[in-house]
Amino acid sequence: MWELARSNKRKSIFLFAGMLLLLVGLGFFAGGAFDPQAGPFLGVTLAMFLWIIQLIISYFAGGSIMLALSGAKPVTRDMHPRLFNIVEEMKIAANLPVLPKIYVIPEEAPNAFATGRNPQKSAVAVTAGLLSRLNRDELQGVIAHEMSHVLNRDILFMTLVGVSLGSIVLLSNIFLRGMFHSGSSSRYRSRGKGGGQAALIFLAIAIVFAILSPIMAQLLYFAISRRREYLADATGVRLTRYPEGLASALEKMSRTDLVLSRVNKVTAALYIVNPLKRKGMQLADLTATHPPISERIKILRSLTYGVNFAAYQKAFESVRGRPASLIPKGGLSDAATVALRAPSKDTGPVEPVPAQRIAGDLIMAASGFTFVTCACGLKMKTPPDFRGNSLRCPKCGKVNSVNAA
Amino acid sequence: MGKIGLILIGVGVLFLFWVIGIFNALVRLRNQVKNAWSQIDVQLKRRHDLIPNLIETTKGYMKHERETLEKVTAARTAAMSAQSVGEKAQAEGMLSGVLGRLFAVAEQYPDLKANQNFLALQEELTSTENKIAFARQGYNDQVLFYNNKIQMFPSNIIAGMFGFAQQEFFEIQDQAEKALPKVAF
Repeated sequence: MWELARSNKRKSIFLFAGMLLLLVGLGFFAGGAFDPQAGPFLGVTLAMFLWIIQLIISYFAGGSIMLALSGAKPVTRDMHPRLFNIVEEMKIAANLPVLPKIYVIPEEAPNAFATGRNPQKSAVAVTAGLLSRLNRDELQGVIAHEMSHVLNRDILFMTLVGVSLGSIVLLSNIFLRGMFHSGSSSRYRSRGKGGGQAALIFLAIAIVFAILSPIMAQLLYFAISRRREYLADATGVRLTRYPEGLASALEKMSRTDLVLSRVNKVTAALYIVNPLKRKGMQLADLTATHPPISERIKILRSLTYGVNFAAYQKAFESVRGRPASLIPKGGLSDAATVALRAPSKDTGPVEPVPAQRIAGDLIMAASGFTFVTCACGLKMKTPPDFRGNSLRCPKCGKVNSVNAA
Repeated sequence: MGKIGLILIGVGVLFLFWVIGIFNALVRLRNQVKNAWSQIDVQLKRRHDLIPNLIETTKGYMKHERETLEKVTAARTAAMSAQSVGEKAQAEGMLSGVLGRLFAVAEQYPDLKANQNFLALQEELTSTENKIAFARQGYNDQVLFYNNKIQMFPSNIIAGMFGFAQQEFFEIQDQAEKALPKVAF
């Protein structure tokens, strides 16, 4: 059945093909503008070359680039056992081959994303703010959504689409700058009489193309990204059997005014909720990388009888008020009702740990501090250049041994 | 021979590849079912391993709850020695019940509730219970995909030829749990 969810790429692939067409067209006309005979071919070759180079880089390093851009730090099991447990739970539910690497972003704004190449090499990252705000079921909902991106191969697909967008923007920039600089030279006027007419036509089309294609490509990118978000919601709740967890997590994430500091237009699409908040945007429907959060919550909350794909599809249609094909016929065949489960008991700490503390601990752990937890519950942090092998607890006086890492 | 012969050979080779493709898909699915099954066992064992620690940690605080602690130990022993799937289901259900009771009692001991060790164990046991449930769910999902593949045309022909048998859903435990009185946390 996951294969079926995966095969629901027809529409996404259609949109993706549109992007490639834009790229090829841009290369064709931009090349033709410089030389009507050999130019179009050279232009297309250059465009494809650019695309393939970027593709290779992002295939092998896309995940690490994304993690580095967001400032995510790898965490160990003892740093946040609950996060690890929940990721393990979802790994088991999704039958993934290996546990994704787990990262925490030392930021206050609650958000999360998944990245990587395939289920064997994937990573999930959550912000410290998310960890400090969500209870167990909510965090589980978010992690399930991210795992669904891994399971549905969205992580690679979105990288592919993002790279194509990048290539188009780059190419149109090169062309427009080239035009601007060579415009004053007499290159075109000195051309032979025969080629002049064709070059002028090419030039006109190329300029229009260069201006429009990045915008078009971005709209396509947004459309693909929105589809994948809905599908990840559907797959996620099928894993947890508990739509309320994700719904209330989304609600908490949408209610905050905090924004991520390290995010850009391309990376924004990867997050579970749009990290770029724009107030009072009416055009948001077309240019948003994410569906409106209120709509996602509404769909999730109307899943009261079952959480299989058919149920999500139905809820999706009733909330949006028109028939839509979010999930393909094949994916709907898991018709055996998938029942909801009861909420689980929260075993969080008695007092919620503030996000600043989680973030601070993370930065300390990342820079080599050793953590010692005393029997009385006090957590002591020793710097990497600490040379002793025992430490007296300042609260209860017990001497704890320090295991130098 | 000649052209027609070559075409026939070509078609034959393509057909062979197609059969191999479906056969491999079936094998992959069957292995996923097996793997999902072993996940359940791994988590059950993990739960058994955690319980002695839990007893050790709580013993000092819950001096008046000897009976509860003994029940947990007994349920663990019973669960570990259970053999058949039915027995296992029954015993594990019992274990879940008494553990729930233990945590409910622990609520009355503020010192214990603040104990880091206890909190860590509680998180581990809660997660293990979840993992058992998710492993079961994952197993049933895998069985569903596998059985669908076996029943659907054209893979059903190849499944029949190589004797891929249908797998059973893991539902017995659900029944056993339903029969047990639910202990509220």
